Order: sequence, then C-alpha cells, then structure tokens
Amino acid sequence: MRPWARLHRWIFRRGRDEQSPIVLTQRRIFIVPTAAGALFALVLAVMLIGAVNYDLSLGHALVFLLVGLALVGMVHTFYNLFGLRLTPGRSEPAFAGDLARFPLEVENPRRQPRRRLDFSFDQQSIVTLDLPVEGRATITLPFLTHKRGRLDPGRITLCTRYPLGLFHAWSYLYPPWSCVVYPKPLHTPLPAPSAGGHADYRQGDSGQEDFAGLRPRQISDPTRHIAWKTAARRSDEQELLVKQFAGGATDELWLDWTQTPANRDGEERLSILTGWIMAADQQQATYGLRLPGRHIAPARGATHRARCLQALALYGEGEAAHDD
Amino acid sequence: MTTKQEPIDPGTPPWLLVVALATASPHAEHLPPWLTLLVAGALVWRAWLWHRRWRLPPGWCLALLVLASVAGIAWQFNGLLGREAGVSMLVLFMALKPLEMNTRRDALVVVMLGFFLLLTHYLYSQSIATGLWLLASCTLLTAALIRLHGGAQPFADIAGQAGLLLLQALPFMLILYLLFPRISGPLWGLPQDAHGGRSGLSNEMAPGSISNLILSGAIAFRSRFVGEIPEKTELYWRGPVFDDYDGFTWHPAAPKIKLPTSEPVIEVIGTEHRYTSIVEAHNQRWLLALDLATSRPPEAVLAPTLEVLSHEPLRARARFSFASSVDYRANRVEAPAILQQALSLPAEVNPRSRALASKWRSLPPAGITEAALSLFRQEDFHYTLRPPLLGANPIDEFLFGTRRGFCEHYASAFVFLMRAAGVPARVVTGYQGGEMNPVDGYLVIRQSDAHAWAEVWLAGEGWVRFDPTAAVAPSRIEQGIATALPSGEPLPDIVRLDADWLRQVRNRWEAANNTWNQWVLGYNPQRQRDVLSRLGLPNPDWRSMSASLALLCGLVLLVVTLWTLPRRRPVDPVERAWQNYCARLGQHGIDRFPWEGPLAFAQRVASQRPELAALTNEAACCYAGLRYGRSNGEQLYRLQECVRRLPPHGRRKA
Repeated sequence: MRPWARLHRWIFRRGRDEQSPIVLTQRRIFIVPTAAGALFALVLAVMLIGAVNYDLSLGHALVFLLVGLALVGMVHTFYNLFGLRLTPGRSEPAFAGDLARFPLEVENPRRQPRRRLDFSFDQQSIVTLDLPVEGRATITLPFLTHKRGRLDPGRITLCTRYPLGLFHAWSYLYPPWSCVVYPKPLHTPLPAPSAGGHADYRQGDSGQEDFAGLRPRQISDPTRHIAWKTAARRSDEQELLVKQFAGGATDELWLDWTQTPANRDGEERLSILTGWIMAADQQQATYGLRLPGRHIAPARGATHRARCLQALALYGEGEAAHDD
Repeated sequence: MTTKQEPIDPGTPPWLLVVALATASPHAEHLPPWLTLLVAGALVWRAWLWHRRWRLPPGWCLALLVLASVAGIAWQFNGLLGREAGVSMLVLFMALKPLEMNTRRDALVVVMLGFFLLLTHYLYSQSIATGLWLLASCTLLTAALIRLHGGAQPFADIAGQAGLLLLQALPFMLILYLLFPRISGPLWGLPQDAHGGRSGLSNEMAPGSISNLILSGAIAFRSRFVGEIPEKTELYWRGPVFDDYDGFTWHPAAPKIKLPTSEPVIEVIGTEHRYTSIVEAHNQRWLLALDLATSRPPEAVLAPTLEVLSHEPLRARARFSFASSVDYRANRVEAPAILQQALSLPAEVNPRSRALASKWRSLPPAGITEAALSLFRQEDFHYTLRPPLLGANPIDEFLFGTRRGFCEHYASAFVFLMRAAGVPARVVTGYQGGEMNPVDGYLVIRQSDAHAWAEVWLAGEGWVRFDPTAAVAPSRIEQGIATALPSGEPLPDIVRLDADWLRQVRNRWEAANNTWNQWVLGYNPQRQRDVLSRLGLPNPDWRSMSASLALLCGLVLLVVTLWTLPRRRPVDPVERAWQNYCARLGQHGIDRFPWEGPLAFAQRVASQRPELAALTNEAACCYAGLRYGRSNGEQLYRLQECVRRLPPHGRRKA
C-alpha cells in the first residue's frame, strides 16, 4: 500500500494553486476509461470474434469504426477540460452546519462549447456546468461545514465524461481558499445588561423606554426608530422624524464568556455567545464582546458583528490575541 | 461511483427507443412474426409510458415476459444455439431492456446492445446499402451516447457532434481495416444454418435445368483479362461435365468409373490468355475457367474431364487467377474408361434417334458431326426458353416432334446421336459469352449466360467442342441470349436493357458493387498480403503489421488531437499594425505605457522626440480613427505605411 500511496502522491502532486487564473494544461488533466468504457471494450472484443468467425468484412469495419470512435471520444473528453481558465473568488463566512460557498469563475477561451463539467469538493455535492463558445460563468461550490474555525475546503475535483461517457477525465484544483466558519448559534435569552456587573459602562437607566424627543432622520437611523405616527399625522412633511431616547449608551451590552453557563463545554459556550451576538445585532443593540484574553469594545453594525463572530470562530486558534 | 446510478433524464428515452427501432427493425425480415409483433408491442408500450410519464412495469412482470419469450424462441428454433436463435434473443432483449430503463447504466446497456445488433445484420447482407446503414446507425447510436452524457441540447448540435466524432473515427477504421492482421475464420464450427442455398449450375442436367437458371440476372462471376479478350464466340466457360445418361438426366460419371490418375495432356496452339476471376459462392467445386485452362491457382486441380475444380466447395466469393488457351488439343490419347463411358447409352430409349444415327455409322467421325449439325440447321428447329414437356423418349420427341428447345435439349440430343453413331461424346455445361462493363473493365458473366454444349473425341484431335445451339440460333453465341430469344420470352429485365442510359446506370452500379466486393467483402488474409506488399510492406507478418498499425494510429490520433486543438484567434490587423508601431518606437527609447491612449502617447512622443512627432501623430490619429471613429481601409493602409516609414535602426540607447 505504501508504494502505491507514494506513487499516487507523485502522480497527483500538487500544492496550492497560488497563481490566478488557474489554466488547465495537459499536466493537470488525468484520463481513464470508465466502467462503461470497459463494457464497450468487452462488447467490441466479442464483436470482433464474431466478425472473424463468420468472416464478416463489414463486421470488421464496424468494430474498427467503433475503436476509432472510442479513441476520438477520448481526445474530446480530454479537450472538454483542456484550456479552461478558472479564477477563484472570495468566499463569505458561514455558520457551522451551514453551507460555505466558494465562488469560482470558469472561462472557456475556445470556440467549441464545453459540456457537463462537474465540480465538487471531496465528498461534497456536485455542481454541473455547461459553457458556451468563449463563454464564462461563475459557479458557487458548496461545502457543508461542521465545526467553527478557519475552513480549508481542500481541493476541487473537476471531472467530465462528455461526450461518450467511455472516458473519465479529471483535474484537481487547489485554490488558496479559506473561509471563516462561525460557531453554530445557540439561541438562548440575552443576558440582562446588568448581569455582567460592569456598571461603569452603563450611564443611566435602561434607555429604550426613555423617550427624549424627535429629530430629523438620518440614513443610518434604524427604521424601528422612525416616528411613524408622527409621519402619518404630518402628511405634508417630506422628512421623516425619528424618536430619540435618553441615554444613548444605555443599549450597551457586554456579552461575556463568564456569563455563559460554566458547566457547558467550551464549544457550546461559544455557540451561546454567537446566539447572543445574533440576537443583539437583531435588536440593533450596542454590544461588546469579552472573551478570555480578548476584548472587543461595544459598537454595532455589520462590520462589528463580523469582527465579533470571527473572534468567536477563531477563538483558541492563537490568532485572537494579536488581532485586537 | 455514485454517478452510475443516476437516473436518466426524461428527454433520453426517445433517443434510446429510436436506437432500438433502428437496430432491431431490419431483423423483422427473418424473425418469426410473433416475435416481431412482440418487439413492436414492447417498443410502443415503452413509448406510451414515456409519453404519459407513467411508471415502468414491475420487475416480476418483465421477468415473466422474458421467460415466456425465451421459451417461445427455444421452441421456434429447437434450442437456443445457432444463428437465428441468437439473433432473436438479442432483438428480444433490445426490445425489453427499455422497459426497465431507469438509470444511466440501463441506458448504456441499450446502446451496447444496439452496437451488437448492428453486427448481426451483416450475417444476412453485406451489400453497399447495409454498409451505408452501418454509418447511419452508428451516427444515431453515437448521438444517443452524447445525449445520455451531455444532457439536453438542440437536435442539430447532437447530430453534428456525432457526425464529427464519426468523421474523425473514419481514418482509424481505414487503418485498422487495412492493417489489422486478418485471420481466416471460422474459429470454431459454424452452426448448420451458416451457409444458405445458392444458385448456380447444378451437378446434373435434365431438360429445363438450365432454362430455369437463365431466369436469374444474378452475376455468376466476373473476369478481367490481362491482355486482349478472346472473341465472344470463343468465350466458353467450363463448368461440370456430364457423361452418364439415364434416358432423361445427365450426370457426371466420376463415381461409377475408375478415372485415370494422370493429369490430362493439353497442347496449346494459340496464345494464352491470362485473367483473374471473382467467382460468386455457389457451394460447388467448379471454378468456371475459360475453355481450356492451361494454368490454374494452387488451390485447384484439373479434373480428368478438363474442368478446374477447387479442393473445397466455394462457400464465399473468391478470386482466382487462370491462364487459358482457346485453341488447343486436349487428351489426344484418352483413357479407355473415359472413351467407353463417352459411348454408353441406356438401352431401349429413343429408338428413332438410334435408327437415324445408325445410318451415319459408315461416315467418318467428322461427317457424323456435320450430319447432326446440318440436321439442326436445316430442319425447323426453334430456340426457346419455354419448350413443350417431353415424355418417356425425350430425344425422339424433341428431334422428330416438338423441335422446340433450349441449349440443354440441343446438347443432349447431339451427344445422344453421336454416341448412337459410335462417336465418343459428352455434355459440357458452363457459361457462354459475357458482357464487358466499360466502367471497371470486368467481363460480367450472369446466370442468364448459362449454356450447355457438346464435346466429341476425335482420334488425333482429342476433345473438340461442338455447339449445336449455334447451328440453330447463331446469334446466341455471337450476340448473347437477349438477341437470340424471340421477344416475349421470360428473360430477366436486367439482361434485356435496351435504353443506353439504363445500361450505363447498371454498369456503374455493378462496377461499384464489384469494387465493394473486392475491397470490403473479399478482403481476406491473402488479399491483405497482396495489398500490403503493393503498399511497400513486403512479406508482412503480424509483427510488422501491428507495428505499422500502432504507428499510423498514433499519427492519426496526433492529427485529430492537433486538429481539435484550440486555435489562436486571428489578430486584428489594425491592432497588429499599432503594436508594431509602438514596438518600433520602443527601439527608439520611448515605450508606451499600457494605460496610455494613442493621442496622449503621441503628445508625449512630440515633447520627448520632436523629430518623430509628425509620424507618431499620424499613426496615432489613424489608429484612433480606426478604433473609435468611422474606419476605412485607407486609414489602415496609412497606419501600416507609418510603421514602414519609422526608421528601424534607432537602437535603444543605454
């Protein structure tokens, strides 16, 4: 087994494909007969014996034509991959248990269409693509994630059997892809803002109810705060007003590792924190994140949320410390 | 692999049903009718299921159907071995497999069965039409494979792709066909039904046996002469010789008498004619050489009765080379057993003919033959394909009663008279004449050229041919059967073509068939050796053949590969001229930045190199005009002019 494994590694030796686009050259394309090809060969052998036995000249011709067809089919299967240009795109983070999606732009520089290109990560579902003459398309390769952290989806297998299905040509691509996988969110009630006991960050009372007046709306104001009733009353006015609340910092919320139940294991506690971040983000609250060895100051918005989630995703991978 | 079990998509079944129909339907001709109906029913059923998007029948139902049909086939053909039963089974499976076609693998089995069924057609016919059918069906099967593996596409795309693949496969077929070492089959004993009935001369002759053969326009053999072709009246092609008469039918005497073991002695007088014959299979041993063969192929012998016989019955069309001389002395010294046989007559039949012949006994042999011939010439004899039936004394009735007969009547009566008059004589059958096909230079001899004549042994001269038919109907020998017979006789139409253009069409068609026969059907190990040594591969053995096979196939594969290689897009001449200009300017030390537009570049050149300003400005204006303005050919010409006018020698200064 060992020599075989070594041979395998030598044949398919490939590091990461750092250059972009990745161009499929003959060194990268492998081709073997399929089971159907083997069946075809068997049928041809039997037909040849029949043709010899009954002295059928046209039978010989038929068998030879089919041999030629198989050879030509092999060339065409190879060319279905040859010369393709693939440009890997950037992937978006995903939650564990969801599909991570990796965009890949495929370009056909040739004046023949390509058909039935099957892309897949190892043991992941297959994406099939047809490309017209000199066409390009972007496909999104799914990868079912299981655990949080930095995901290396591994190599892509690009294979095809077109046109005759007698040969199976494939190529391995290893784009420098990685994707941050957030912990799977576990939905539990948000901790009370006071629970952490960091009173110094909370000036004033819980300010959501504390109506302080109206002001003209700015684009960044959440729609929840628009004074719809006022707007309805003042129908002549173009401008929307938003409700202002007293104590802008009262929304501030610290989501703290120590607030999570200590009896759960670490991954679950990260999941609880993830759930909290999602809930707090949903409520447009200002929140901060406190992990052992890492603090993220309270803020809000998509960028902040991504920063927090990434911190959770990479927690314990040694990257958290120098990121802040 | 997981992909094999994937279900076929709903657009595929029609393709596979058409495949099944195309490959199975030509067999309807020789299948039992119940099987044809069953096959048609199964295909229609499957098409209906597809049309209504209904589920396929359950497995047990199909299993019952298969068992019942196989039992039916076994009953029909007394077992499942043999050609007919095997073909029936294949057709049956081809029709039933689509009924359990759920996955791609099932569909593949249908296509493979289709390829196999194509082969079985050639058991029945290998004509040009079947060959063309081969190409069409192959295209269809290939298209089905493409549809199966390529998904839905417009019909024209699939057909075009299939055609392209087959076109590229053709060179491989030719190379393999020429060079693949041929083995002469069979590899094992063929089933009983391998060789069907064939028409041709028979090994006995009774009144009516040749006139029946005349009704066929089929080709018996073709001959091509190396040099001059003998006169038409000399073209007697010798078949079986009969010297035993039972009062009604003529037989060869060979089994009854002891024949000499020494070779016949033939003295050649005139020139020898060399020729090659391609003889159609007739399941007999005679090879129909021109009278009289002086040299013959190694696989044949010269019989004591002077006809050329092959060692084995001729079961397939074959080529033979002969030399013959039409002017000869044959067996001036003849074995007594043969002479005695050539005089024997059954007792007590045809008394009037005996009486007539006994009057000639006093004449010399040459006088006897002349007397008999003048009888035919002077009396009111008719040459016809539809003679009246003859009774117990057929020759008496013919000579003195009906006087209407065909060549076998005349030959038979003539030989009878000779023997009754004491002159050794025998009946020779074969073909007479032939028609030149100007398209390929082959002399075509049809079954309708079948003939019978007489041979008389004269002391000092040996066996001499006499043709009593020529005495009655000289045009039969000089011009052929069509002119000799009165109109209204049931001659095959193909022999009676009056219109010139019809004759032309027939000649071309038959020449094409002849080429096809020689190159396609008759391409056996011997012919392969001949062809290869003519192509410069002397004494080819399987080693050199395999080597050249691999080499040529590799070459063709390379050509096909390069042919399909992505070609570089043609460079736009405007772009090329501008690139050239900029490259030359680069030699002067000014490089255009990739982002720099032509006019901006021209301005920069003007400030850095005033002496090149005007030229560069013109080139840039032309280029910009061609690219962004309304282009015309004159501007392109001016741009190319600018490239030439730019001094090339200004080497980049360090």
